[in-house]
Amino acid sequence: MTPAAGTTMAQALNAALRDALDGDERVLVFGEDVGPLGGVFRVTDGLTAKFGEDRCFDTPLAESGIVGFAVGMAMGGFRPVVEMQFDAFAYPAFEQIASHVAKMRNRTRGRVELPIVIRIPYAGGIGGVEHHCDSSEGYYAHTPGLKVVTPATVADAYSLLREAIDDPDPVIFLEPKKLYWSKAQVALPARTEPFGRAAIRRPGADATVVAYGPAVPVALEAAEAAAEEGWDLEVLDLRTIVPFDDDTVVASVRRTGRCVVLSEAAGFGGVGAEIAARVQERCFHSLLAPVLRVTGFDIPYPPPMLEHHHLPSVDRILDALDRLQRDDEPDTRYLLAGGVA
Amino acid sequence: MTDRHQGGRPGPLLPSERPVRFLTDGGTPARGRHPYPEPDQELLLRAYRRMVVGRRFDAQATALTKQGRLAVYPSSRGQEACQVGAVLALDDGDWLFPTYRESVALVTRGIPPVEVLSLLRGDAHCGYDPHRHHVAPQCTPLATQTVHAAGLAYAERRKGSGRVVLVFVGDGATSEGDFHEALNFAAVFRAPVVFLVQNNRYAISVPLERQTAAPALAYKGIGYGVRSEQVDGNDAVAVLAVLGAAVAHARSGGGPFLVEAHTYRLEPHTNADDATRYRADAETEQWRRRDPIARLKAYLRRSGRLGDDEAAAIAAEAEEVAARLRAGMNADPDLAPLDLFAHVYREPTPQLAEQRALLRSELQAEEVPA
Repeated sequence: MTPAAGTTMAQALNAALRDALDGDERVLVFGEDVGPLGGVFRVTDGLTAKFGEDRCFDTPLAESGIVGFAVGMAMGGFRPVVEMQFDAFAYPAFEQIASHVAKMRNRTRGRVELPIVIRIPYAGGIGGVEHHCDSSEGYYAHTPGLKVVTPATVADAYSLLREAIDDPDPVIFLEPKKLYWSKAQVALPARTEPFGRAAIRRPGADATVVAYGPAVPVALEAAEAAAEEGWDLEVLDLRTIVPFDDDTVVASVRRTGRCVVLSEAAGFGGVGAEIAARVQERCFHSLLAPVLRVTGFDIPYPPPMLEHHHLPSVDRILDALDRLQRDDEPDTRYLLAGGVA
Repeated sequence: MTDRHQGGRPGPLLPSERPVRFLTDGGTPARGRHPYPEPDQELLLRAYRRMVVGRRFDAQATALTKQGRLAVYPSSRGQEACQVGAVLALDDGDWLFPTYRESVALVTRGIPPVEVLSLLRGDAHCGYDPHRHHVAPQCTPLATQTVHAAGLAYAERRKGSGRVVLVFVGDGATSEGDFHEALNFAAVFRAPVVFLVQNNRYAISVPLERQTAAPALAYKGIGYGVRSEQVDGNDAVAVLAVLGAAVAHARSGGGPFLVEAHTYRLEPHTNADDATRYRADAETEQWRRRDPIARLKAYLRRSGRLGDDEAAAIAAEAEEVAARLRAGMNADPDLAPLDLFAHVYREPTPQLAEQRALLRSELQAEEVPA
């Protein structure tokens, strides 16, 4: 069914949870305020009413407890889908995630599987106060044993969440908060490409912009602006950070010869750095310019009235593109200015 | 839903004022009142047998560290009443969530000793199949397994399996946040889980006074609405009586139960530790006189349940277990380096497949004769 006005990402996620609960009685949803309230972003709206308190329920307010409890329930044969209310509020659960969720299969040599989905609303752009806007994907992507997924479209939100719940491995499912209310005409249930495949959101010939999650719409906007300046950008949406789709990224950059990596997170030591490294390792002889990153600054997430200075903007992407054209003199801005490196 | 939050006294949740005991340090019947019936003699004799075998296993494992066959071994010498009592209080289908110090409990459960020691030998993080034995992997990050135990117990309750979960923690781990979150979750969801706190007085070197200002660790349960008790952890009769009641409480739908067992680690934290830096010999000597095996032996001797022949047979069984352990540990483990990539995800990612190929080529290069 497609509502005439379109479906929001939050509604698509809600539909994915509803269909998963409907299709498999082992699936459970729990966390803080996910019951009668329906979650602070309404992603679990109506699930308790439809499926009962045994299938979608509130827990004590303790993130480590929620994730650890999910570990035990998964060992007992359930398929928990838990919600961390906000990115930075998931940090108390990090020990459970890094030491147990990520490692259980490995430390038991495949004998104990943990099919757990940990949903985390993440990243900024919604005017949130501190501790509500972190881009925490780097912590999870750096932890072997976790799959790290982040949708940028409404159809992907549905499809990737269904796949995450079906997956035998634990999945960190990062929901870009600022896209919760983005809309598209999609017929649900929708199935898109599986985990591990990046999508070409806009084909182009002159340069590849690699983005994921909340940065994808920004990349597409920049591509439109760049087109007016005669640049034909290809925009890739990773969809899953882990597993990572080297093939699509490499094929694109070898074709275009130029690459800009876009990420809201702080740049230093982040997912963007990993992508840039992989591109230069695999595409060195095809590259016509250095691989550049456009990322958030290396600062704690700023107060809401200042966040627009921090977030990668269309202008900052266009500025990076200018530098991709350079093929003679060293660019002193590149050496002296911060922020774009 | 009835409102349980009207204030009032924690009466039925409160532990006994003194640790429950059936035996004096010398193994004679102790005075003192408590509501727990004495376990039957057959169970006590089985406990004695497993404790003797467990201590011999423990001594052999410690010896194997000196021969370089084990990377490290945390002894539970002196804690046999807890290690064995916990396992004997459960049915075979019930789950155990052990820490790294529970080797004797796992051997008592029937896991092959070589599989129990894989973690400490260093050939695998977990040598046994948790689902087969209903024993979670031995956990090293403190108290983190307590929330798993609560979750699994709730899963069992939801399935109506009648199974109970017992989770081990030490005194130090009761300071960790996860311990408190686990008690709270277990109570809220009425999960059939028994928390067994082996209070052996030291978290490596840090004494109990630095962990808590509570009158006893057992009091940590009552704030969460968890029925709690304390027991003389070197009195196997008392351990079995109280844990039996705790397990029955959980199995019958009463929710979680916390038991603090007052005991003592006679050996250092591990073979790599030097206990003389933080505790006096006189203290250790005092606890040696409260040895759980000697106490139970004296009691069973006096009651006529343990004769000379039986004692000799148990000692012989212990030697046999030690000999088998030596033989098992003297054989080099089969190591399969390429398996490093096998169980990160159910299907390796393309990146892991590449890295596996790299290691395989390194291994092949090593095999080429010089």
